[in-house]
Amino acid sequence: MALFLRSNHLTAILLVLLLCQLLYASGSVLVKGEEEFSEELLLKPLPDRKVLAHFHFETRAPPSNSHGRHHHLFPKAIAQLVKKLRVKEMELSFTQGRWRYEQWGGYDTISSNNAKPPGVELWAVFDVPQSLVDASWRNLTHTLSGLFCASINFLESSTAYSDPEWTFQPSLGKLRYGTLPREAVCTENLTPWLKLLPCRDKAGLSALMDRPSIYRGFYHSQRLRLTSSESGLNGVDSGIILEQTLTVVLQPNSRTGKIYSGKTNIQPSWSISSIFGRKVSGKCVLSKTSNVYFHIEKGLISELENLQKKNTNSGADKFALEGFSSNLAFELSVTPDKMFEEVDNLDNKSASVLYEFSIEKYSDSQPFDLGLTWKIPVVWSTRQGPLHASRFLMGSGNQRGAIAISLESTELNEDLPNIDGGCELRVDIFQVVPWYIKVYFHTLRVFLDQKPRAVADVIEKIRVSPSKDKVSPGVMEMILKLPCGTKSAALTLEFDKGFLHIDEYPPDANQGYDIPSAVISFPNFDTRMHLSEDVNKSPMLSKFQEKSPVLSYTEILLVPLTTPDFSMPYNVITITCTVFALYFGSLLNVLRKRVGEEERLLKSRAGQKTGRISQLLSKLSAKLRGKQQEQPQLSAAASSFISFKLVFKILLVAGIAVAWQYFWE
Amino acid sequence: MAETEISKMRQRPIVRLGVLLISHSVLVSVVCFTAGVLALLLLPVLAKNTYISENALMPGSASSMLSNQEISEANKLIKELTSLSSKPSGAAIEIQGLIAHYMSSLDAEVNYHKFHPQLNQFHPLHFFSSPDSGVMQENSSCSLYGINIVGIIRAPRGDGKEAIVLVTPYNSVKSSVNEALSLGIAYSVFSLLTRVTWLAKDIIWLVADSQYGEDVPVAAWLRGYHTPAFSNLGTLNTETCHDSNNIDVLKGSPNLETKISNGFRRSGTMAAGLVLKVAYRNEIEDSLCIHAEASNGQMPNLDLINIVNYLAVHRQGLRVKVDKFWSLLNSKFLKILGDLFELVGKLVKSLNPDCKFGIPAVDYIEGAATLASSLYYQALGAPTGPHGAFRDYQVDAITLEISPHISFNKDRRNDFLLQGARLVEGVVRSVNNLLEKFHQSFFLYLLTSPSKFVSVGVYMIAFALLVAPLPVVAASLYAETHDLFPTSEKDRSATSDDLSSVLGSWKWLNSAKTTFVVHIWGAIVSLLPYFISHNSNPTANFRMWILLSVASHEILRWILGSPFSHICGRPQGEWAVLKSVTIFSFFIGLCLMSVINFATAEIGALLMVPMALMAHPLKLDIRSRSFKSFLRAICNVILGVISFPPATFFVLKGIFEGSFSGTNVGDFWNWVESLWAWNSATYLYIGMVHLPCWVLCVYILLHPC
Repeated sequence: MALFLRSNHLTAILLVLLLCQLLYASGSVLVKGEEEFSEELLLKPLPDRKVLAHFHFETRAPPSNSHGRHHHLFPKAIAQLVKKLRVKEMELSFTQGRWRYEQWGGYDTISSNNAKPPGVELWAVFDVPQSLVDASWRNLTHTLSGLFCASINFLESSTAYSDPEWTFQPSLGKLRYGTLPREAVCTENLTPWLKLLPCRDKAGLSALMDRPSIYRGFYHSQRLRLTSSESGLNGVDSGIILEQTLTVVLQPNSRTGKIYSGKTNIQPSWSISSIFGRKVSGKCVLSKTSNVYFHIEKGLISELENLQKKNTNSGADKFALEGFSSNLAFELSVTPDKMFEEVDNLDNKSASVLYEFSIEKYSDSQPFDLGLTWKIPVVWSTRQGPLHASRFLMGSGNQRGAIAISLESTELNEDLPNIDGGCELRVDIFQVVPWYIKVYFHTLRVFLDQKPRAVADVIEKIRVSPSKDKVSPGVMEMILKLPCGTKSAALTLEFDKGFLHIDEYPPDANQGYDIPSAVISFPNFDTRMHLSEDVNKSPMLSKFQEKSPVLSYTEILLVPLTTPDFSMPYNVITITCTVFALYFGSLLNVLRKRVGEEERLLKSRAGQKTGRISQLLSKLSAKLRGKQQEQPQLSAAASSFISFKLVFKILLVAGIAVAWQYFWE
Repeated sequence: MAETEISKMRQRPIVRLGVLLISHSVLVSVVCFTAGVLALLLLPVLAKNTYISENALMPGSASSMLSNQEISEANKLIKELTSLSSKPSGAAIEIQGLIAHYMSSLDAEVNYHKFHPQLNQFHPLHFFSSPDSGVMQENSSCSLYGINIVGIIRAPRGDGKEAIVLVTPYNSVKSSVNEALSLGIAYSVFSLLTRVTWLAKDIIWLVADSQYGEDVPVAAWLRGYHTPAFSNLGTLNTETCHDSNNIDVLKGSPNLETKISNGFRRSGTMAAGLVLKVAYRNEIEDSLCIHAEASNGQMPNLDLINIVNYLAVHRQGLRVKVDKFWSLLNSKFLKILGDLFELVGKLVKSLNPDCKFGIPAVDYIEGAATLASSLYYQALGAPTGPHGAFRDYQVDAITLEISPHISFNKDRRNDFLLQGARLVEGVVRSVNNLLEKFHQSFFLYLLTSPSKFVSVGVYMIAFALLVAPLPVVAASLYAETHDLFPTSEKDRSATSDDLSSVLGSWKWLNSAKTTFVVHIWGAIVSLLPYFISHNSNPTANFRMWILLSVASHEILRWILGSPFSHICGRPQGEWAVLKSVTIFSFFIGLCLMSVINFATAEIGALLMVPMALMAHPLKLDIRSRSFKSFLRAICNVILGVISFPPATFFVLKGIFEGSFSGTNVGDFWNWVESLWAWNSATYLYIGMVHLPCWVLCVYILLHPC
C-alpha cells in the first residue's frame, strides 16, 4: 500500500515536472495537455455598402505523447499528414473573386493575411532534409488534392511550384510555393474543409454557412493554416495548431433604395439572418470560446465622431458600451458584452473599436441575430496600404510583350519609419512566371515618378532564377528601396511568348495563359492592432495582435499565346497519308518498269500512222495559232487528241444523263 | 530526230502539261481571265448563310433583364445632357462631369483619360509596325486635348482577367441628340450590368471625346491601355505647360473624389469591343448598320457579327444592314446578270431538284452591291469606324449604328432605347459566356448581306484564276524569244556556239534592270508625299507630286541608263523579254499583296492584269496594218489610260457617283492622303506594284522596235 502510495506520489511529481517543462518549452497557452477548439466570427461594414464576414476556427493539439494516435477534437487526417510529411507550416487557400484593396482596405490583418489571389494558393515549409523537400511537397499536393477535392495535384509538377527565399519567411530552402489561378472554387471544396471542424456545420457559428448565400458574395476565400511546433527530441509528438478561416464579402439584400444619381444613398441595414439566411442558435458545445465581434474601423469612427461633434457640441463620448445605443448613425440590435478599443500609439484621437458578443447564452429558443440599422448616410474610407500595386500586360500580338507592375502611392506617407536620416520605403516583390512566358530579366526597368532610374539605385537586393523550358518556372524576388514621397513607381519586364508542345496545351487553350499574382509586401509597415485589454482568450484577436507585414496580391494576368488549330491532327493525317501513297506509288512504278520494253513500245507507236482526226486537229490548231507548221507537234497533238476523246466521252455521258433526267420527269 | 522524239516522249506528264499550257498561252489567258471575272461575279450566288460557330456564345438563350427602370434612368441622363449642351459655353466640362457622376453613382470605377490628338502624318517606316507609345507625342500641343471618361465595372466573382469594352463617341463641345441617345443606351446597359450576378468579365465603358474625330480618342485610349509611357519627356512637357485645372474642376463634388481618379484604370485582356452609335438616316423602320472593316482589310471574327445579327433580327426585330454601294442597285448590267443567274439556277433546279444554285435576281443585285462595298472597304485598308483601333491590338470589335424610324418622337424614344439597350445587353451576355477568345469562326471573309458570307476558300478561286495566266504568259514570252520551242530548235541546235547561247540566255538581265529601276522609282514616288505634305492645298500637292515623280523618273533614267539604250543582237525580241519580266514581277507583287490585303490584290488584279497581258508595242501593231492588230492597239491605249491609278480613281468615282461633274484633281490627293494616314498597305501596293507595272507597260507600248 505504502509502495503504491509512493509510486502514486512519484507519478504526480513527474507529471508536475513534465507540465513545468512543457510550460517552459512552449510558453504558450497550452497549460493543460488538452485539445482546444474555438470559433469566432468578425463582422465589419465596408464603405461600399457591403459586409465583411470573417470566420475564424482554431483547433489546437498540444505536444504530448499521451494521446498517441488518438485525438479528441483535432482532425485525424491533418494530424496524420503533419506527422507523415513533417510539415512545419502550411497554408492552403481557395479563393473566388478579387479582394478590392481600394475599397475594402489594405492595411489590416484581414486584408494582409486573408486576401488571397483567385484560385488555389499553397505554400508549405517542411522539416526534412533539403533533398527530400521536393518529394514531400509532391506527397503533400496529392494528399491535399484528395482531402479537398481539388486539382492541387497539378502543383506536383516542377513547372508549377517555386521556392521563394525571403518573401514569406526565411526558410533555408525548405519552403515551396505554388498557385493554380484557374481553379474553380465551390461547395465541393468547402465541405471537406468543414469536415475538419468538430461540429462541422451542424452547430455553432459554422451553422451560418448557408451555401447559396456565402457563394453569392463578392469575395469568398477559405483558408487553412497549419503550424506545428518543433517536435521534441524526447519522443514527444509535435503540437499542431490548425487555423481555418473563411472570409466572405457579402452584399446585404436590401436593395430597396434604388440608386439615384446626385445623392449618396444610405448604407443598407442588415442582420445576420438577412445576409446568411440563418441565425446562430448557440455555440458548438465542443468549443472553448465562441464569440461574434463587430468591428468598426478607424475611418468610420472618426466620421462618426465628427458627426457627433457637429450635432451635440458636447465632447466626443467615445463609443462606450453604455453610450453606444445613443449613436447617431447606426443602431445594433444586440447589446455587446464587451468592448475593445484600439490604442493608437501615435494619436489618441480615433481608433477602431471591436464589440464582443458571446454566443454562450443563446440557444435554439433564443437565437442570436445581430442586426445593424443605419440611420443616416455615412461615407468613409478604409485604411490603405502604403502603395497601391497593380500589374498589367503591355504590348499586343503573339510574339512578345511586357509585364508592368505599377505602385501608386496612397495618402499614407505620414508614418514612414526613419532609417538613419534618410526615409525609405521598402517593398518586397515576389513574382513567379511560367516557363512559356520567357521573361528577360535583364530588361528590367524601373521608373520613379515617371523618370527612368538605374536599377541599382532602387533595388537593394534581387534574386532571379530564370525559367527552364518544361522544367521550372522563372522566379524573381526583389527588395526595392523607394525614397519617401515617391508618388509612383513602375517596373517593366519584357518577355517572349513561347510555344508549347501539342499535348501541353490545357483545355480551352484559346483562352490564354495565366501569370500568377505577384506578392507585394511592405515589411516596414505592420498590421498589428493594439488593443487596450488583454485578449489572450481569443485566438482571432491574438492573431490580430501579431506582428505581420502589410501584404497584397496583384491581379492575375491573361496572356494570349499562339495556339494551334486543334483540328490540325486530322489535316496532318490526311497529308501524311497522301505523301505516303505518292511515295510508295512512284517507288512501285519505278521498280516494275522495264525501260527497254517501254522504248520498244514507244518506237512502234511512233512508227504507226496517227489517226485522221488527230491530223485534222493538229492542222486546225496550227491554223489557229497562225503558224505554218508542217510537222505536227506530236506530244501536243497526241495529248489534245486524248483530251478530245475524253471530252467527247464526258459530253456523251452527260448528254445521256440529261436526257435520262428529262425523260423521267 | 528519233532521239529527240524519244526524249520528248519520256518527259513527265506534268512537264508536258506545262509545255502545252505555255504553247497555248493566249487561249489559256483568255479562258482563265474570263473564268476569273465570272467567278468574281458568281460570288453573291455562292455565298453561304452565316451560322454561329462557337456553341458557348448561346445568343438570345437568356431573356433580357433590362427593364423600363433603367430606361427611365437613361432618359434622365439624356434630358440633362441635352439641357446642358444647349448652354452656350463651358458646357463641355459640365457634361463630362455629369457623365462621370452618373457612372460613379452606379458604383463603377471612373477615371478621366486626357489625350492629345495626333495629326495624321505620313510615317513611311511605320507600315505594319505595331502602334508605338512615345513616338508621336512631340507633335501634340498643349492647347489641344480631349478627355475620355472611362467607367469600369468589376465582375463580382470574376478574376478580372478579361474585359468587354463598350465605346460611345461623344462630342462634348458640339454634341447632338444622336450622341446623347447612344450614351443613354450605353448607360442603361451599364446600370443593368452593375447589378447582374452572371458577369464573368469586367465591363469597360469608354465615353470617347470625339471632338477630334471618332477614331482618335479610342486609339489614344487603347494606346494608353496597352503601351503606356512610364517616362515620357514629351508628355512631361505638355503636362508642365498645361495646368490641369480642368480635371480639378471635374472632381468638384466631394463625395465622388474617392471614386474618380486621374490614374489610368485597367482591367484584363480585352475580349471584344462594341462601338455604339445612333444615327438619323430616315429609315422606314428601325434599323441597325454593322461596320466591321478594320485597317488593311482585317475583319473581326464572323461570330461577333453573327451574334449581333442574330439578336437584332430574331430578338429585337431590327433591320440589319451592312454597307453597300447604292448606285450599283440600279445597274442594268447587274440586273441582266442577276436574271441570267436566276434562269440558270432554275434550269439547274429542274434538272436536279436537290441542287441549290441560283438566287433571285433582286437578291443577286443586293448581294453584288454589298460585296462590292465589302471588297472596296477592305481594299481601302482604312477602318470604317472607331472599332478599327481595336483590331490593331488583336481585339475583335465592330461598330453598331442604330437608326430609328423616320417618324421618331418622344413616345417612340423609350421603345427605341429599350430595343438598343437589349441588343447590347444580349451581345455583352453572349461574349461574357465565352470562355476562350473568338477563334471558332472565320476571320477571312466577304459579306454579301448581314447573314451571308463568302469565305476565303471561295473567293480565292477568282483571284487564282485572275493571276494564273501571268506566269504562263511570262514563260511563253521568254520561251519564244529564247527559241526554246522544239519547232525552231532543230536548226539552232547544231549551228550556235556556246558563247552566244550563253549571252542570249542572259539577255533578260537587261530587262530585269529596267524593271528594277522602275520599281525603285515607284518606291521614290511613294515616299515623295512625305516631303510635300506640308502644303494644305490638295490640288497643288497633287501637281507637285506628279511633277516630282516625272522629274525623278528622268533623273533615274539619266543616272541608271535609258532602258532602250542597250542594243542587243535581237532587238525585235527585246520588248517581249521586258514584258515577260514585267509580268513576272507583277505576279510576285500581286501574290505578296494577296497575303497582306486580299481585297486589294483582287481589285488590283482585275484592273491591271488585262493591261499587263495585252501590252504590245504600238509601232508593231500599226506597222502590220491588220484589223486584229489595230483592234489590239486601240484596246491597249484604252487600257493604258484606265489603268493609270489617278485615272482609275476618277473613272470609278464617276461610275459610282453617276456623274463626272464636280470631280477635282485634288480628290485623288485627298484619297491617297487618307490611305497613308491609316497606314494602309494599299498605298504601298499602288506605289510599288501597280504604278511600276503600269509604267513598264507604257514602256512596252511605246517601244521603238
